[in-house]
Amino acid sequence: MRKAVLLFTMIMFAASLVFAQGYKVGDKAINFKLKNVDGKMIASQDFKDAKGLIIIFTCNTCPYAVKYEDRIIALDKKYKTKGFPVIAINPNDPEVQPDDTYEKMVKKAQEKQFTFPYLYDPGRKVSAVYGATKTPHVYLVSKKGNALTVEYIGAIDDNYKDASMVKKTYLEDAINALLEGKKPQPNYTKAIGCTVKKKS
Amino acid sequence: MIKQLIILIFLTGIIISQTKAQAIMKFNEFEPYLHRQNDTVYILNFWATWCRPCVKELPYFEQINQTHKQKKLKVILVSLDFAEDLETKLKPFIKRKNLQSEIIVMDDPDANSWIDKVDKNWSGAIPATLIYKADKRVFHEGSLNYQQIENLIKKVK
Repeated sequence: MRKAVLLFTMIMFAASLVFAQGYKVGDKAINFKLKNVDGKMIASQDFKDAKGLIIIFTCNTCPYAVKYEDRIIALDKKYKTKGFPVIAINPNDPEVQPDDTYEKMVKKAQEKQFTFPYLYDPGRKVSAVYGATKTPHVYLVSKKGNALTVEYIGAIDDNYKDASMVKKTYLEDAINALLEGKKPQPNYTKAIGCTVKKKS
Repeated sequence: MIKQLIILIFLTGIIISQTKAQAIMKFNEFEPYLHRQNDTVYILNFWATWCRPCVKELPYFEQINQTHKQKKLKVILVSLDFAEDLETKLKPFIKRKNLQSEIIVMDDPDANSWIDKVDKNWSGAIPATLIYKADKRVFHEGSLNYQQIENLIKKVK
């Protein structure tokens, strides 16, 4: 019996590792269709002319996410016309994090006048597959037809506190590289963030 | 005049010593805490007042600190609260919860430059905990309960 329990625990542990890993740079990424804050369903395939998508897992109240709100809006305005629109996805389970209900997302998007879709993913169908572990967490993908490829994962820049103190604009550099037909370098960075809230 | 000057120097001294008690560190100042080479078990818990799962597990770390008080074990709570929230949020929180473990405040915004130096398996999400004794290390990202912390301590002993 003890052996069975041990084996079961090990399998669960191994499964959780695989599950927790998510995408790496170079992986093909899934397309998705989720409910936007305007009540309509938005699909990644809807962006027919896009060269890529700036997918940002973010939420309503995480202090790091809040500090980046204005910068995310600026990124969308700057790069949407160049073929790289922002799509924000909230990866938190509202049952675990009551600040991230759909209603509160709608309110946040209105208050901040988000220029990009802010999608609700309560079952974590997309967030878990991508491997979002924290907010904000960026996945920059290139798009050829409907095929998405992960090109950059990580932080927006090197200063969450103060946009004016930023020295390295990791995400912008990565998008600019893709626009020039190059591969982003670095293509993976880390940042402190709030843990994605999911049922354990 | 001299008297006033002495008082002034005295007061400045008090102010300096008080701010030093909760000095805000950059990563390079904090780094030695990750590499103490002695026979003490160090438990470093990365947290912040705004992080709900962090706040929830703090009592377990406090309890560990209390239980192992006589042994060679040290709990250090590494707060990643923003420097500007030190007086308004962090200090009142420490007082309210009556935290007894050592507390360090680290505010170094270029996290990509230092997360891997804590542990290469850390994604940057908090809570996260590093437990080590000399060269034996275990790292855990995510919440822990009392028993899980005890189990991790056994791994480095």
